[in-house]
Amino acid sequence: MAKPKVGYSRRSLLRAGGAAVAAAAFPAPMLWAQETKDITLRQFGTGVSNLNDVAKKVKEDLGFKLEMTALDSDSVTQRAATQPDSFDIADIEYWICKKVWPTGNLQAMDTSKIANYDKIVGIFKSGKLTPDSEIAQGTAPSTVGFVDGPDGRTFAKEETGWMTLIPTIYNADTLGIRPDLIGRPIESWTELLNPEFKGKASILDISSIGIMDMAMVCEAMGEIKYGDKGNMTREEIDKTMAIFTEAKKNGQFRAFWKTFDESVNLMASGEVVIQSMWSPAITAVKSRGIPCVYQPLKEGYRSWGGGIGLSKSLTGMELDAAYDYINWYLSGWVGGYLMRQGYYSAVPETSKEFMSENEWGYWFEGKPATGVITSPTGDKLADAGDVRDGGSFYERMGHVACWNSVMDENQYMVRKWNEFIAS
Amino acid sequence: MRLTNRQVIGWLEAAPLTLVLLAFLIAPIVMIVIVSFWGATEFSIYPAFQLDNYEFLFSSPVTYKVFGATLKYAFITWALTLAIGFTVAYFMAFHVRSQTVQIALFLVCTIPFWTSNIIRMISWIPFLGRNGIANQTLISWGVIDQPLEWLLYSDFSVILAFVHLYTLFMVVPIFNTMMRIDKSLLEAARDNGASGLQTLLHVILPLTKPGIMIGTIFVVTLVMGDFITVRFMSGSQRANVGRLISNDIGLLQYPSAAATAVVLLCTVLIVIAILLRFVNIRKEL
Repeated sequence: MAKPKVGYSRRSLLRAGGAAVAAAAFPAPMLWAQETKDITLRQFGTGVSNLNDVAKKVKEDLGFKLEMTALDSDSVTQRAATQPDSFDIADIEYWICKKVWPTGNLQAMDTSKIANYDKIVGIFKSGKLTPDSEIAQGTAPSTVGFVDGPDGRTFAKEETGWMTLIPTIYNADTLGIRPDLIGRPIESWTELLNPEFKGKASILDISSIGIMDMAMVCEAMGEIKYGDKGNMTREEIDKTMAIFTEAKKNGQFRAFWKTFDESVNLMASGEVVIQSMWSPAITAVKSRGIPCVYQPLKEGYRSWGGGIGLSKSLTGMELDAAYDYINWYLSGWVGGYLMRQGYYSAVPETSKEFMSENEWGYWFEGKPATGVITSPTGDKLADAGDVRDGGSFYERMGHVACWNSVMDENQYMVRKWNEFIAS
Repeated sequence: MRLTNRQVIGWLEAAPLTLVLLAFLIAPIVMIVIVSFWGATEFSIYPAFQLDNYEFLFSSPVTYKVFGATLKYAFITWALTLAIGFTVAYFMAFHVRSQTVQIALFLVCTIPFWTSNIIRMISWIPFLGRNGIANQTLISWGVIDQPLEWLLYSDFSVILAFVHLYTLFMVVPIFNTMMRIDKSLLEAARDNGASGLQTLLHVILPLTKPGIMIGTIFVVTLVMGDFITVRFMSGSQRANVGRLISNDIGLLQYPSAAATAVVLLCTVLIVIAILLRFVNIRKEL
């Protein structure tokens, strides 16, 4: 998924890419002669958490070098599946893991070596945020989070001590609205197709995510009852597309967006008053002084999560370094950094130490801010007294209806999606 | 048969261009044709010889619709750029007497090309938007009460952007051929009692045909191969063949993208072949 690029420039990416080429051309000396400072770990991923600040901090705290490459989610999937030797650490989403794990290019991680394993939130272990919550549809992280043993190829149903991905970042997505232009409360996903917003609605043109938003709408309308929104049958796909194709022909949509910036511009210019959106895009609209709300809806959120996986070819000191990196990752600094952008960390309690009381209250507990809230890069995100849309962590992550996923009928769905765009 | 020196030198002289064309034109096209018969899984492609890609392409109603839309865009854009391009070129070639002014005006025509294609295209979006300058102006003049929705994210905006982007490709070749028309022919026409319109239709237009044809080839191929203008100006709501291909590439379906590209290439070649039946460009170059 092409998430917004935060905190790195094209130039720095090119540099990282160039360095990766150089590292491949001049392999490190033999292991026994190697010290930690000579170790370089090559990480690639979708850019949400591929932050240069993280690489810098790793060098400071752990002493070894972390090279980052950011790609779009299709390229990430392809690379993880076909070029296992081109990376050491894969920073991927859980639905990508479902696709890539069967190729055998990643190795399972021993949870006994993960210091903060016990503190990782339940979503990624039992699948339950709190003991009485239900596991949402789609590729829930817990369903692809464990395998039977170090060489396991099939996903286990419960915690086994061998993890596929160590969770790093996740969030709950919903619709963004312009409260000033709508002027009444919005409570349900059905509003996306409400004729009241004819010519003023939008949906994202990324098939794997767009289809989920469509499903949330169709189900909320009571038109379709899905067996599993994250794994639709052909019939369900056809029905969903038919409803949206008709809406498109009736002029419901102003435009479709593909990039982060497009979604911001559509909303900020008033072309669109209700649309699928990502959390940082809301922040970007707000920072222009335009009211915009990430509207919690009664049917729940569509959620996504990412984690880091280790390449099969990682051994010896590099493997130890990778475990050090993972333990460092979960120890709080990165978590705090990500949470101050509005994402969530897998081990919130360690992140707390790296956030001010005001920040923790605003981002995690859903309390009104007691002072100005700024992003890690210094942009103002909220004033004193503001409350986060959707409220606290448990309020938001506790209402996930569906996880981003990859369907068995993916190729069929993609074709249908192309038809929808062309219709 | 023994080669004479002359022949060897002739071959040698032709060799560099032949090699360049082989490496950078023929080889990639051959590669695309080969890949169009390959198969694809979700994240890899494998060599094979199968007709699946073409079968899917020709059996899908979307394909015909999208090729229809592509031809529609090409035709309307062609008609508009021709009308505007011919008028501009005519003005510069026959109404402006001083050569300095001609050159100056010609340079003025190229000014929009000093910025990037994408910028010129995107700058229309705030202008045409619901709360954009065009709508606000029209409302303040009292021409309309409600903003016009069809100004942006519609066929209108797509064609507007195409015309804006590609008119110069029509102006340049037409202006070039017009400048080569012998002025004494115009005098002769007038002496024989032809009206201005008759001179235009029976003297200038036939002599400008090669320029029009070159401009036509530019505009038609550019519009048929485009995907980004359609995506931005229609807000992803419309599709042309270029977008089909780019969607396939985004989803790692290279073989199916290659098959679509081959069909598009054939279509464009057929269109150009038909155009060349009308005018012999080589005679005039």
